[in-house]
Amino acid sequence: MSQPISVQNLRAWYGNQLTLKGIDMELPASQVTAIIGPSGCGKSTFIRCLNRMHETVPGARVEGDVHLGTEDLYKGDPVDVRRMIGMVFQKPNPFPTLSIFDNIALGLRLGGMRNRGQLREAVERSLQMAALWGEVKDRLSEPATSLSGGQQQRLCIARAIAVQPEVLLMDEPASALDPVSTLRVEELVEQLKDTYTIVIVTHNMQQAARVADETAFFLNGELVEFADTTTIFTNPGDKRTEDYITGRFG
Amino acid sequence: MQQRQNFDISLRELKLQLLHMGGDVQEGIRKAIEALKTGDMNLANQVVHGDIYINQQEHEIENLCIRLIATQQPVATDLRKIVAGMQIATDLERMGDNAVDIAKTVSRLQGQTLIKPLVDIPRMATIVDTMISNALNAYVENSLDLAENLATQDDEVDHLYRQMMEELFAIGKDRPNAANQAMSLAFIGRYLERIGDHATNVGEGVIFIITGKHPDLN
Repeated sequence: MSQPISVQNLRAWYGNQLTLKGIDMELPASQVTAIIGPSGCGKSTFIRCLNRMHETVPGARVEGDVHLGTEDLYKGDPVDVRRMIGMVFQKPNPFPTLSIFDNIALGLRLGGMRNRGQLREAVERSLQMAALWGEVKDRLSEPATSLSGGQQQRLCIARAIAVQPEVLLMDEPASALDPVSTLRVEELVEQLKDTYTIVIVTHNMQQAARVADETAFFLNGELVEFADTTTIFTNPGDKRTEDYITGRFG
Repeated sequence: MQQRQNFDISLRELKLQLLHMGGDVQEGIRKAIEALKTGDMNLANQVVHGDIYINQQEHEIENLCIRLIATQQPVATDLRKIVAGMQIATDLERMGDNAVDIAKTVSRLQGQTLIKPLVDIPRMATIVDTMISNALNAYVENSLDLAENLATQDDEVDHLYRQMMEELFAIGKDRPNAANQAMSLAFIGRYLERIGDHATNVGEGVIFIITGKHPDLN
C-alpha cells in the first residue's frame, strides 16, 4: 500500500540562502504528482527534502514537517527514509562495474536478502515491473553499461523499486532520453502509480500533462499553484502559472 | 523579454482571419436581404456564388489552428483561443450557408408581388447584423459584456420571429393562394433566427476563451 506525503512549512537553505520558503503540500497516495517551474525555483530541492538527501549537501539545512502516512520522516534514520523513498535521477546511473542482475540485487543483499532463489525472484519481479525483463532476461550477467540509455534508465527504476519503497521520486527521469524511450518511461510511470506514490520533477510541460494526476507550479522557492493537472493546463488559477505554462516567461 | 513572438503573431493572424471571414459573412447576409427588398437577382446570385470563398476561409482557419496545435503545444488561454477559433469559424460558415439559403429563397420569389410589406424581416436582419458585429468585437476586445449581451439581442430576434410566424400563419389561412409565399418568408425568418443563434454561439466561444467555462446563452 502506498501512502500519502504530507509537507508542512518546509523550508530549505543552501548556506544562508533560503531556497524553499515554507511549502505546504499534501501529495496523494497512488497518484503521480508533477513538480514544474523554471530553473532555480526549488523543485529539485523540494523532492530531495522528501528523502532527506538535501541535508547531505555541505551547509544545507531543512526545517518543517514531512510525513509519510503517519511517520515523521525527519525523526527516523535517514537511511531508512531513503529505502522507503526511492529516487531516479536525470542521467541513468547504473553501477558501471556491476552486471544487470547485480545492479538490482545489490540493494536487496544490503537489505539482508541472501537466498539465491529469493534474489532471482525479486530481480525478475523488479525488471518485470520496470518493463525491462523481456529485453534483458537472456543477458543478466552482462554489464549494465551495455544497455541503451533508455534501458539503463528503466534499470535504475527497477533498482529503485527492488527494495519495495513506498514512494518513487523522479528528477527529470526522461530528459536525457530519446522520444521513444521517454514514452516507455512515461508508460511505466502510469503502471507504477497503482503501487507507489510518485513525484516527478520535469521541465517538459507536455510530459507533466501526460503523466501527472496533480501538478504543482513552483516559483522562487514558493508553491504558486497546486491542482489537478487538467486544471493547471487548461485553466490555471494564477496568472504566473498561466504565463509559465504558455511560455510567456521562465 | 518578448517570448513566443512567432506564436503570438500566428494568434493575431488567426484573429484577423476570423474578422475577415466575419465581415464577408455579414456582407453576404446584407446582400441577401437587399435582394429580397429590391428583387435584385444579381445580388442574390452573388451571395450563392460567394459562399465558396467563405468555405475556403473556414478551411484556412482550421488548417492554421491544426498547425498551431501540432507545432506549438498550446495550453490554457492559448489553447482556448485556438479551439474557440475553430468553433467560431464553423459558426461563421453556417451563417454563410444561411445567407445562401435566404438568397435561394429570394430567387424562388422572383417576379412575385409580396403578400405583405417587409417589416419584421429587415428588423431581424438589422439585429443579427449588429449581433455579428458585437460577437466579433467581443472576440477582438475580449469583452465579456458584449458577449453576454448577445443573449438579450437573440431574445429580440426570437420574439420578432414568433411574431412574424403568427402573422404569416394567419395570412396563409385566410388567403390559400398566398400560402406558398408565406412559407418562403417564414423560411427566411427562420434562417435569420438561426444566424442569431450562431452569433450567440460565437459569444459563447468568447466567454469560454476568457473564463474557461462553457456558458449557455441560447
